[in-house]
Formats: sequence, C-alpha cells, structure tokens
Amino acid sequence: MPDLKINFAGIKAPNPFWLASAPPTNSGYQIMKAFDQGWGGAVWKTLGIPVVNVSSRYGAVNYRDSRMIGFNNIELITDRPLKDNLREIEEVKKYFPDHAVIASLMVESRKEWHQIVKDAENAGVDGLELNFGCPHGMCERGMGSAVGQEPEVLKLIVSWVKEVAKTPVIVKLTPNITDITDAGIAARQGGADAISLINTVQSIVGVDIDNFVPYPVVDGKSTNGGYCGPAVKPIALNMVKNCAQESEIGIPVSGIGGIENWRDAVEFILLGASSVQVCTAVMHYGFGIIREIIPGFESYMKEKGFDSVDEMTGKAVQNVKTWENLNLNYQIVAEINKEKCIGCQLCYIACEDGAHQAIGLSENGTRVPFIIEENCVGCNLCSLVCPVENCISMVRTDDGKKSVTWKERTEAGNIPVSFNDPLAGGLHHTIPEPTAALKKKNTF
Amino acid sequence: MSEFKQPASKAEFEKNFSQIKPLMNSTQAYYESSRCLFCYDAPCVSACPTHIDIPLFIKQINSGNLHGSAKTIYDSNYLGNACGKVCPTEVLCEGACVYNLQNVKPIEIGRLQNFATSNAIRNEIKYFESGKPNGKKAAVIGAGPAGISCACELRREGFEVDIYEAKDKPSGLALYGVAPYKITNEEALEEINYLQKQFGFRIHYRSYISSKDEFKRLENEFDAVFLGIGLGKTNPVNIKGENLKNCFGAVEYISELRINQHNTKTGNKVIVLGGGNTAMDAASESARLGAGKVILAYRRGKEEMGAYFFEYELAKNSGVEGLFNVSPVEIMGEDKVSGVKFIRTKTTKGKVEVIEGTEFVVDCDLVIKATGQLKQSELFENIEGLETDERGRIKINKENYQTTNPKYFSAGDVISGGQEVVNAVADAKLAAKGIAEYLQ
Repeated sequence: MPDLKINFAGIKAPNPFWLASAPPTNSGYQIMKAFDQGWGGAVWKTLGIPVVNVSSRYGAVNYRDSRMIGFNNIELITDRPLKDNLREIEEVKKYFPDHAVIASLMVESRKEWHQIVKDAENAGVDGLELNFGCPHGMCERGMGSAVGQEPEVLKLIVSWVKEVAKTPVIVKLTPNITDITDAGIAARQGGADAISLINTVQSIVGVDIDNFVPYPVVDGKSTNGGYCGPAVKPIALNMVKNCAQESEIGIPVSGIGGIENWRDAVEFILLGASSVQVCTAVMHYGFGIIREIIPGFESYMKEKGFDSVDEMTGKAVQNVKTWENLNLNYQIVAEINKEKCIGCQLCYIACEDGAHQAIGLSENGTRVPFIIEENCVGCNLCSLVCPVENCISMVRTDDGKKSVTWKERTEAGNIPVSFNDPLAGGLHHTIPEPTAALKKKNTF
Repeated sequence: MSEFKQPASKAEFEKNFSQIKPLMNSTQAYYESSRCLFCYDAPCVSACPTHIDIPLFIKQINSGNLHGSAKTIYDSNYLGNACGKVCPTEVLCEGACVYNLQNVKPIEIGRLQNFATSNAIRNEIKYFESGKPNGKKAAVIGAGPAGISCACELRREGFEVDIYEAKDKPSGLALYGVAPYKITNEEALEEINYLQKQFGFRIHYRSYISSKDEFKRLENEFDAVFLGIGLGKTNPVNIKGENLKNCFGAVEYISELRINQHNTKTGNKVIVLGGGNTAMDAASESARLGAGKVILAYRRGKEEMGAYFFEYELAKNSGVEGLFNVSPVEIMGEDKVSGVKFIRTKTTKGKVEVIEGTEFVVDCDLVIKATGQLKQSELFENIEGLETDERGRIKINKENYQTTNPKYFSAGDVISGGQEVVNAVADAKLAAKGIAEYLQ
C-alpha cells in the first residue's frame, strides 16, 4: 500500500495535498472542514496588518462551456485581526495535531517580521510561508511580488525571518519575473528551507466591452489582478521544473498552479514538487474534490510501484532537456485510423492553413482525409485538434537511427550557418507556390 | 406509451400538442453551441438544401453575436425559423453531424437555429432592404414557403411583388399542413409578418387564381408569374364508402386541426390509411386529440413505409398501433363510417399482392386517408403552354426554374410532387434569381 505521508522540509503531513494560502484558508472553520474531508495541510491566508478589501474581487476566463479555466483576483491578504487568526490556528492544531498548518506571512519591517514569526509559532504552526508573490495591491506598498522580484531584498528578508524562526521556512515565489530561479537561489541563500510556486500571474482577465472597463469591476474601474486556475498550470509546471533542475536551489519545492485532480498533482510531483497546493479548484468545487485526488493518486502510485511521494518526486525532471540536446533524427508521421475518423476534417484544415500542407482530402466521396507523408513533419497538430480519441496517432518512421542532436551537429560543423544554407531543415518539404492559394476552393 | 385526454381548451390542446422542439433558453443554447466542432467543409451545410453556414451561426451564438447568427441563417434561408422547427433535421443537418459517427448526440442544429431566428423576429431586427426598384413587377401565386421565399428574393432584386393567396392566412403547409407539435400557428405567422415588414411584398388573401382570364390578367399586368401553389386535395382511394361521413383526407383534416385546434372532431377509434409522413402526422394528431384508439394501416410492411423512422416512433409513442400488410377494400357504414374492410397483402419482388380470401373488418368511427395529394391539373390547363411531366408535376428548366411558358416560373411541391418546406424555400429563391436573370 503506497504511503501518502510526507515530510516536507521538516513539515509532516498525512498527505501532500495542501490548501494554498487564499480565500479557502481564511478561517479555522474552513480549514477544519477541509482537514475533516481529507486535505493534508493548509497554508493560512496571509497574516499581516489586516487590510480593507474592495468588491468585486474576482474575474474569470470561461472557455466555451467550461467555466473558470482561468481565474483572477484582486483580493489582498487577510482582513481579519491577527489575534483572531492566531486563536483559530491554535484551535485547528488542537483537533488536527498531525496535519500541516502553515502560516503565510507578509509584513514590512524586520521588527514586524520577528514579531509575527513568534506569534505564529506560539500559536502552534508547523511552518511558515513568506508571501513574496502577491502581484496586486500589496506590491504597490513594497510587499509581496515587489520583494519576490528583487532577489537581494528577498534574501535579506528571509534572513530576518531565519533569525528567529524555529519552524521550517518556505518562500513563496512570484512568476512575474524573468527567471524564477534567481528568486529561488536568493531564497536558498537567505536560508529558506523550501520554496513554493507559483503565486498568481499578473493579469487582466477580460474587458467589459460595453462599458470599457476590465474585470473585475469596482465602481466602474478595475486594476490588474493575479491569474490562476487550470490555465496557468503549464507556466507553473515549467517554473517548478526550472527550480528543480537548478542545483543552487536544492531545497524542496511545493508546487502550485491550476491543480484540480490527481493527474495534475502527479505531474507537479514528477517535475520536482514534493507537496502540492490547491486553491482555485476548491473555490470552484469546494473541499470535496479531495475525494477524487487521493484515490486517483494512490492508484497511480500502486500502478507504477511507488511506495512514497519522495520516490516520485522529480521522476520526469531528467527527461527535460535543453532543445539542443533533443534527437534531430527522431522522425514521426501522422497516421489516421479510417475506422475511427468521423470526417470533421479539422486535421485537414489545421495542417493546410496552420502547418505544413501535409493532409489531403479524397475526391472519391469519403470524408476521411489522408496524410501526405513526404510533407508531414510530425508536428502533432492534427492529432491535437482531432476530436476522436486515438484516431490520429504519430508513428515512428526513422528506424531508430542513431541520435544526433543540434549540439552534436554544431560541434561537427554540420548546421546551417548562412541565410540560404543547403542544410536548411525545410528544404526537403514541398511548399506550394503562393499563387496556388488563390486557386483553392474555399469551403469554410 | 402516452395517453392523451381529449383537449377541451386551447391550453389543453397546446399541452397535448406541446412542441417537440421547444425554444432553448440561453443556457441551453450556450452549452449546445459549445459542443459544435466547427468542422471544415461541414457535412451539415451540405445536407441543408439552403446551405446555411451552420458552424458559423452556431459559433456566433456561442460568442454572443445573436444578431449575426440570425443574419447568417436568413442570408441563406428566408424561412429560417420555420425550417428550424419543421425540417426533418434528423435526416438533414443533424443526420449529417459527424458526432453521429462517434455515437455522440448530434448538435441540435434546428433548435439552435430557432434560438437565433426567434430572437431576431421577437426584436424585429431588420437585416434586409428591398433592392433599388428595377421597374419590373412579379406576381407570386401562393403565399406558402415557396412563394414567400421567392417574393423575398425578388424584392431584394428590386421587383415589385404581389402575392395571391387562396386562403386567408399565409405560410401554406407550414401553417395548414405541418403537425401542430412542430410549429405553432403564431410562430409560422410571425415569421411571415416579420419578412413582410422587411421586404414589403403585398399579399392578397382569399385570391384564388384559377381561371384562364385571371391568369391572362396577371400575364398582362406582370413581367413574370411565379407558381408556388403546392399540391391539391387528398388522392381518392377509389373504394366503396369513401364519401361516407367521418371519412376525411389527411390534408383536409390536418388543415382543419391547425385552425380549429381543440374543436376538431376525433373518434373513439380512428383508422389512418397510409405509410408516409403525413399518415404518421395524422395518426399522432388523432392520438393527441384524445381518440380512444388509433390504428395506422399500411398496405406494405413496417420497414417499407415511406415515413421517416422518427416520425413512426413519434406516432407509436403517442399511442398509435400499426397494422401492416393490409389493403383497404371498403369503408363500411350506412351514413357514417363504422369500419374498414381490409384484405391482407404480401410484397413479392417489390409488388404488393392481395391474398385472396383474407378479408376482415376493423371497426372504427373515423377514417383518415393519408394517401398522397392530387396535382392541381385542372388549374394548369388554364395556363397556356404549361407542360407537366408524367407524374403531373410542372416541368421546369432546372437552370432557372422557368416553365414551358416563359412567363411562368415555379418551385416547391408543385414541381417536386411533395418535399420538405426547406426544399421549397431553397428552390424558390433560385427561381427568383432565374426570374431576375431572365428579365435582365
């Protein structure tokens, strides 16, 4: 039986599924409810000097019939007095001594940092998370992402915290930075025990085109917010991987960004996370989604023979290479399963207009398109637009030739170097003459 | 099997005849439109006789451009709302939807179409203006789907258009012939009203044009005449007892039902003769009018019926029983119908043969003959040089829908012998183009 228990940089938890510091962790009531339903930890809504919030606070990106594939907020840190939060932390720890309760913190001066670290630890938290990520409102006052974007400042503040902290310190990073590893390295250098990422991405989620104001609307005006939800997962996965690969960071990573189901959690862990944090999915569906995450995750572990989360962590990292180290000799072409094809011809038009003109239409009345193998570059586009599962597959055609990478070709002097170099990769593809486009019948 | 109580009021009638394709609400339309794959060279478009750009209008619904969506529909089909409701979408656009090949429910194209067009009608959104007057006049005979579609297109071409309609309401079969659960009277009439306001054609009601003199007058007054007169009365079965009381032709019966609604007479036991879509309609309608029992009698086997499978399903689900391989020999009764005498049949090599000595009588008190419609041949004779084919249909030049009398053009059931509303709409628009080109 796989063991879900983790020890994340010294913070123990019954499982790696935590709630991120956000509206779902605003109160002890919510966190108790979440723990009761199976969540393994929670990062408390950021403590500090309480704020005053605006309404409305959220905006969303809907895609067709899917709501909230992207989510955006302009809410700030806790608006509740510190003593109320601390009292509730104590209460939660009394009922759930084995669950991870982590205090997210955001203050300004060294004195304030010292004070709030002590207060939180006295209330019984298992760890601290420094909020250097919030990209709206707080950063205007020199906190949140304003810190996360300045590695030197970040390092300094981490060191202030470490002067007094007795529990592990996690630094939460902002993605609103050119290279997130700079911030990760600074965190490590400041003495952080772990990092968590990503915080939200600075965003405008949409515009009310009748009233010329972006969402969310506050009395006819708006402001940029922080973007999260399923839409940011690819950005988060890449940044988690970047930090996991950076040897100068070398501390545990808590993965955050669009996690909604067990599969998302597995992906973050395979790319280097050793715990994950969830917010938007809970704001959308409630704490109950944990009942989908745990059994799915467990059966994946069983199927793959993993006994612990640690064994899984970073399993896919070694397979992420720089582009120059990919095998240029690997060749695949698309293959359409005629039995499965429903004749929507989306693959045809995607390839025809959007890629390499490597799919043709039959003139014998069938709606099943065919692959023009010599033009197919194996880009995948057709298989991605195909609405039928396993209808278009990519088949290897290179007979397992020896791998040759760009790097190796560069070293061997076997790469195009001039504008009209005969080594140009596209030379063997058939490109139609421009005017042939005008002769094509338009059948939209 | 549903049981219907005889409707005693308009409300009860509307309940029994509730719309099988009810108007979607905006949430339904949003979700349904989200499912459309936006196929390339979409099969639904090819399957639509009017070639509406279906993926486009669906995408426009989804992106919140309802006005644009209805315009896409009306650009191709002037009776976009009626067609969305009465088309046999199961065998046209929705039947061609690629989802069928994946055993996924096809997109509800008809209902989405109505979602867009009914909004346009309700809000009187004007998409079209009549063309610059070209100084020419056209007469359109028949204010059915063909006549209206032709009139709209002629107005766009700049013609002055007068429609002559025998009845006192427009829409033709869409009002008088289609089952009430497919489209309401209000829906049919509102669309014509909406079109009339945009295009400004004149309709002269209770103006039955049939005599030589009347045709001559039109020929003199107008540059072209369009014949959109559809079909005539129900075909006689030519058996004894056909003229008894309570023996009706389906066309006449349905027409009365559309107008008199719950006041339409039905029987305790109704026998419908026929195996086509009109027979299915008449049978379903009788059941919904509260007939105690409805028997659908067809001279061939169930699988040989001309009706669409879903129409038979609908009839069965309304409580209709099928009686197959029987041919009516006599309608029994003294003054009014008391039964039908049948003889059993078999089909050999596609031919129906009676089996001697197998006569039997089924009691009933009402008979509806859904045995096809007559051509209006007596009327054709009054138009000089107008030729018909071997099946009594007006002959036309397929290029421009011109008849053998160059003054006359024609489309709809009168040239096809009986097709869908959408075919009439499509052909009549082309006929209008034919008229415009011919008179250039």
